[in-house]
Amino acid sequence: MNAIAYTVSDSATMLRRQLRHMVRYPSLTVLVVGMPVIFLLLFVFVFGGTLGSGLGPAGAVGGAAAAAGASGGRSAYLEYVVPGILVMTIAAVVQGTAISVAMDMTGGIVARFRTMSISRASVLTGHVLGSMVQAALAIILVFGVAVLIGFRPSASPMEWLGVVGILAIASFALIWLCVALGMVTDSVETASNIPMPLILLPFLGSGFVPTDSMPGPLRLFAEYQPYTPIIETLRGLLTSTSFGNQAILAVAWCVAIAALSYVWAMRLYEKHSVR
Amino acid sequence: MTNNHSPAAIRVHGLRKSYGSQVVLDGIDFEVATGTVFSMLGPNGAGKTTTVQILSTLISADGGQVQVGGHDLALDPDGVRSAIGVTGQFSAVDKFLTGEENLVLMADLRHMGRSGGRRRAAELLEQFDLADAAGKPVSTYSGGMQRRLDLAMTLVGDPRIIFLDEPTAGLDPRSRRTMWQIVRGLVASGVTVFLTTQYLEEADQLSDRIAVLDHGKLVAQGTAAELKRLVPGGHMSLQFGDAAVFERATRLLEPTARDDEALTLDLPGSGDVRSLKSMLDRLDGVGIEVDGLTIHTPDLDDVFLSLTGRPEANLEPRPETQSDTREAIAR
Repeated sequence: MNAIAYTVSDSATMLRRQLRHMVRYPSLTVLVVGMPVIFLLLFVFVFGGTLGSGLGPAGAVGGAAAAAGASGGRSAYLEYVVPGILVMTIAAVVQGTAISVAMDMTGGIVARFRTMSISRASVLTGHVLGSMVQAALAIILVFGVAVLIGFRPSASPMEWLGVVGILAIASFALIWLCVALGMVTDSVETASNIPMPLILLPFLGSGFVPTDSMPGPLRLFAEYQPYTPIIETLRGLLTSTSFGNQAILAVAWCVAIAALSYVWAMRLYEKHSVR
Repeated sequence: MTNNHSPAAIRVHGLRKSYGSQVVLDGIDFEVATGTVFSMLGPNGAGKTTTVQILSTLISADGGQVQVGGHDLALDPDGVRSAIGVTGQFSAVDKFLTGEENLVLMADLRHMGRSGGRRRAAELLEQFDLADAAGKPVSTYSGGMQRRLDLAMTLVGDPRIIFLDEPTAGLDPRSRRTMWQIVRGLVASGVTVFLTTQYLEEADQLSDRIAVLDHGKLVAQGTAAELKRLVPGGHMSLQFGDAAVFERATRLLEPTARDDEALTLDLPGSGDVRSLKSMLDRLDGVGIEVDGLTIHTPDLDDVFLSLTGRPEANLEPRPETQSDTREAIAR
C-alpha cells in the first residue's frame, strides 16, 4: 500500500472508532438532536403565532398560509424558522465535536497514536468524518420533526440537492473549526463552552427574525455574519424563492472557514503538548 | 556491559532538552543492547519521562544524536515509530471501547488485516489474562487490568523495542509481579525493553543495565552489582554511651569511620554471626559496654540515595560526574 492508501485506511479505522463511540454512548447524540428540536417547538408553538404575524407579506406564503386561517402566522413562522434551526443543529453537533476532540487529546490514547506509524491526519479526519455522519443524522431527525409539525418545503429535486450541498459544506467547515477549538484548551469543560457562540449566532442573523427588523449596528452585523447567507440560501432553496448572491457568499464563507480551520487544527495537532 | 555481538537497539549521544530556562536533560549518553532490559532510575522530575517522550517521537530534542532500531530519530521518525511500542505513564486505552475492540483498533492501525488482527487480539487477551473481560467496556476494568490492556495494545504489532514509562506505578504488589513476569517473557523472546522506574527493587529485578538520572544528568550507569559497588560496602555501626568508652573501643578495634559527636564507630564486615561474635567477645573481654549495634548491607537504595540525595544547601556541581563514575566502575 502507498501513503495515500494508508491515509485512507487509517482514517477509515478512526471513523469506525468514532461511530462505535456514537453507538455505544448515544447520550451525546440525543443531547445534540434534542436542543434544536426543543428550540424548534419553543419558537413555533410559543413565539410562532406572534412572530409569524410580524413577518409581513414576504414571509407569508400565499394560499397555504391564508387557507390555514387563524394559525397562518404560526405556519408561516415554521416555514421561516426551519433554516435557522437546521444551522443551529449543525452548531450543536460541532459542539459535540469539540468535546470529543478535547476528550481524546486530554486522554492518553492520542499520545499512543502519535508514537505509531500512522497517517498524522487520520486521527482528526476520523473525528471530522464521524461528526459529518452525526450531523447528517441530526439534521434528518430535526427535519423529520419539522415535517411532523407541518413543515412542507416546496423545493424541486435540484433545489433539494442544493440544500444537501449547503448543509454538508457548512457542517464540514464548522466541524473543522471545532476540531481546532477542541485542541485549543487543556480541559474538556472549556472545550464544551468555547463553541457556545456558534449556537447563539443564528439569533443574531436571519435565523429567527428578518434582519431588517433589527436596530442599526446589530442589523449590520446580522446581515454580514456568515450564518445569514447560509440561512438565506437554505430558505430560498426550501421555499423555491430567489436568494440572489447569497449562495455564493455562503459557499465562500464555508470554504474560508474550513481552510483556515484545517490549517489551524493540523498545526495544533502537531505541536499539541504531551502530558 | 554492552554486548559486542548484538548491535545497540538504542543509541543516545549528548541528548539535551530544555523548557525555557529549565534544563530537563543536560547531555545524556547511553546505549541499550538488543534483547536486554535497560532501566532508567531517578527521583520525580529527574527527566525520565522526558527521555521516553523524546525517544518515542512524542516531543523533539534540542540537541544530540539518537538512533532507535537503527533509525535516526531526527531524520526518520516514522521509521522509529514502526520499530517501537510505547506504554506511557498515563493509561492510553480507549475507555469507550471494549478490551477486544482496543486491540483490534491497534491491529487495524498496524495494517494487520481483519483476520490477522482478530487472531492477535485473541492471543493477547489470553496471554494477559483478559479473555473473560474481552467484551466489556474498558471503563469497567480495574487499574491492573487497564495496565495489562495498555501493555497488550503496545505489543499488537510485535514491536522489537518497547518503552515502559513507570509500568508498575500505582499497582498492587501482585499486579506488579505479574507485570515483571510479562517483561521477563518479552525479553526472553528477544525484545529490547527500556523502562523507567522509581522502584529500586524493580530495576534490580528486571534490568541488565541501570542508569541513574538526576537533575537531567546520568550520574551513574552499570549493572545492579556494579552500582552497588559504588557505595560504601557493608558495615557494622557501634554506638557507645560515653566518650571514655568510645576512646577505648576506638583503640581496640580498627574502625573505618568514627563519629566523635554521635560516639559511633563503623567497622568493616558484612555482619555475619561469626565476625559479630568475635568482635563482641573482644569488647566484652576488656569490659566495654556497647549501647547499640546496627548491621548495614548495601542495596540499590544506598546507590540511589547517595547518588541523588543531594542536600538542598549544597548547590555547587557534584564531584561525581559521569566519567568519574565510570572510573569508579573500572576500579
